[in-house]
Amino acid sequence: MLAKTAPHTAAEKRGEPLLSVRGVQKIYQVDAGEIEAVRNLTFDLHPGELACLVGPSGSGKTTLLKCIAGLMAPTSGEVILSGQPVTSPPKDMAVVFQEYGRSLFPWMSVRDNVELPLKNAKMPKAERNKLVHEALEAVDLDHVPGSYPWQLSGGMQQRVAIARAVAYQPKVLLMDEPFAAVDAQTRADLEDLIRHVWKTLGVTILFVTHDIDESVYLGERVIILSSSPTVIQEDIPIDLPAERDQLTTRSAPRFTELRGHVYEQIQIAKRGSGADTEPAPDAEPARDAAGKEAP
Amino acid sequence: MRLATRTAYLLALPILLILFWWVTTIGSTSFFVPKPGELSLTFVEVWFGDRFFEDVVPSLTNLVFGVLLAIVLGIGLGVLIGSVRWLRALTEPTLEFFRAIPPPVLVPVLMLLVGINDTMKVAVIVSGAIWPVLLNTIEGVRAVDSVLDDTARTYGIGGFARIRHLVLPSAGPQIMAGIRQCLSIALILMVISEMFASSSGLGFTIVQFQRSFAIPEMWSGIVVLGMIGIILSFIFQWTERRILAWYHGLREVENAG
Repeated sequence: MLAKTAPHTAAEKRGEPLLSVRGVQKIYQVDAGEIEAVRNLTFDLHPGELACLVGPSGSGKTTLLKCIAGLMAPTSGEVILSGQPVTSPPKDMAVVFQEYGRSLFPWMSVRDNVELPLKNAKMPKAERNKLVHEALEAVDLDHVPGSYPWQLSGGMQQRVAIARAVAYQPKVLLMDEPFAAVDAQTRADLEDLIRHVWKTLGVTILFVTHDIDESVYLGERVIILSSSPTVIQEDIPIDLPAERDQLTTRSAPRFTELRGHVYEQIQIAKRGSGADTEPAPDAEPARDAAGKEAP
Repeated sequence: MRLATRTAYLLALPILLILFWWVTTIGSTSFFVPKPGELSLTFVEVWFGDRFFEDVVPSLTNLVFGVLLAIVLGIGLGVLIGSVRWLRALTEPTLEFFRAIPPPVLVPVLMLLVGINDTMKVAVIVSGAIWPVLLNTIEGVRAVDSVLDDTARTYGIGGFARIRHLVLPSAGPQIMAGIRQCLSIALILMVISEMFASSSGLGFTIVQFQRSFAIPEMWSGIVVLGMIGIILSFIFQWTERRILAWYHGLREVENAG
C-alpha cells in the first residue's frame, strides 16, 4: 500500500510558498458585541508539505480554515494562493469537512459525488471516468461506486469525501478535523490513508485537528495554535521518518518526545489566554511566536 | 405473492364499505340514497359515452394544466425567492396575504378579468394550488445545509449547477409535500371553477344533476371525482418514490441507527 518514494521533507525554503497566510484576523460581530476568534496568524505552506494545525478546542481552527478556503473573508490580513489573493473559494483548493454526513450529497451515488466537481469543471468524460476510478481505488472504495453515501459507514463516507477531493486534483487540500467523528480504529486507518495519498499524489495538505497524537503522527510540521483569540504558539518540524506506521512510529522515543512537547505547548497556550471561556484581552505568553510578526 | 397481499390491503376496506352500504340500503326506498347496483348501472350509463369526452376530458385537461403550471411556477418562483434574502423579506408578508384568500372568491373576479373560458378555469386552479408548492419551495431552498453549501462553493459549483445539483434535490422532500397538497386543492378548484357560469365539465354536470334531481347521476359524478383523486394520488406516490428514493432510504437508515 505504501509508495516507494517519499520526496517530501519538512518546511524547507523552496522558493515561493504555495499558500501564504498573512496576518489573518477574524472578528465576529454578534449581538453582545465583538468576538475575536482569530487574532493574528501568519504562516507559509510550501509545495508538497503536509502540515498539521493543532490547537485547543475553540481556538478558531475552523474559522481560520474557512478564511483560507475563501468561504469567509478575514477581518484583516490576507490569504495568498499561488501568488493570488484568495477572495472566494479558489479553483486549486479542495476541502474535506469534519461533518462527512453533511458534506456528501445524499441524493447522489458515491461515484456521482466524486464526479460532480469534475463534471462541473467541464472535464471530458473519459478523463473524468479515469480520475474517479483512480480516486475511489486510492481510498479502497472502488467496490461501492453505486451505493449512496448514507448506506456506508462513517469512515467509508469520509473516504468518499477524500476521494472526491483527490479526484479534483487540487494543489492544496484542506482538512478540517476530518476524523473527529469516526471511531479510533477507523481513524488510524484514515490517518495512514492520508499519508499514503500525500506521498503518492504529492498534494500539499493542511490538516486541522485538535488531536495532538494525530498531528504529530501525520504531519511533517505541526503548527500549534493558542486559545482564542488565536495566534501561533509554535511552529515545529516533525523529524520522524517518512515511513510511518501506527505501531512503531507511535512507540518511538522521538514520537513521545515530540508529542510531549506539543502537549506542553498547548497547556501553556490554554493557561496563557486565561480561562477557556473568557479570553484575556491581551494573551501575553501566547504571543512569543507570532508576536514578532504582529504589526 | 407480495403483489397479492398489497392488492388485498388496497381493496379490503372499499369492499367492506360497499358491503355495508349494500346491506344498509337493502330495504331502503330513500330517493336520495341509491343502491350500489343501481348506482353502478347509472355510472356506466352516464359516464361511458359522449359525456366522458365532453365533460370529463376537458375538466381533466384543465386540471393537468393547472397543476403543472402551479408546480412549475411554484418551484421557479420559490427557488428565486428562497435564494435571494432581500426578495424573501420583501415578498413574504404579501405572499401570506394572498395565500389567505380563499380561491373560490376569486372566481367572479377572474371571470370578469379573463372571461368565461378554460383559461379562467386554469387560472382559478393555479391561484389556489400554487401556494403550498411556492411556500414549501421557499422554505426548502432556505434550509439548504450549510456544510453542503460550503462544499459546493469550494468545488466551484455555482449558478445553475448549484440549483440543479444542490438546491432542488435538497428542497425535494419539502417540494413534494407541497405538491401533494397542491393536487388535492387543484381537484377542488377544478370543480368549483366549473360551477359558476359554465356549460361543461365535471363540476357543471354534477351541479346540473343536483338541480334536476337526478340523484343517482349526481352520486355517480361524485364517484368520478373520487376516482380522479385516487388516480392522482397513485401517480403522485409513484413519482415521489422515484424522485425521493434517496430520502426514504436515508430516513430509514437514520431511524434504524
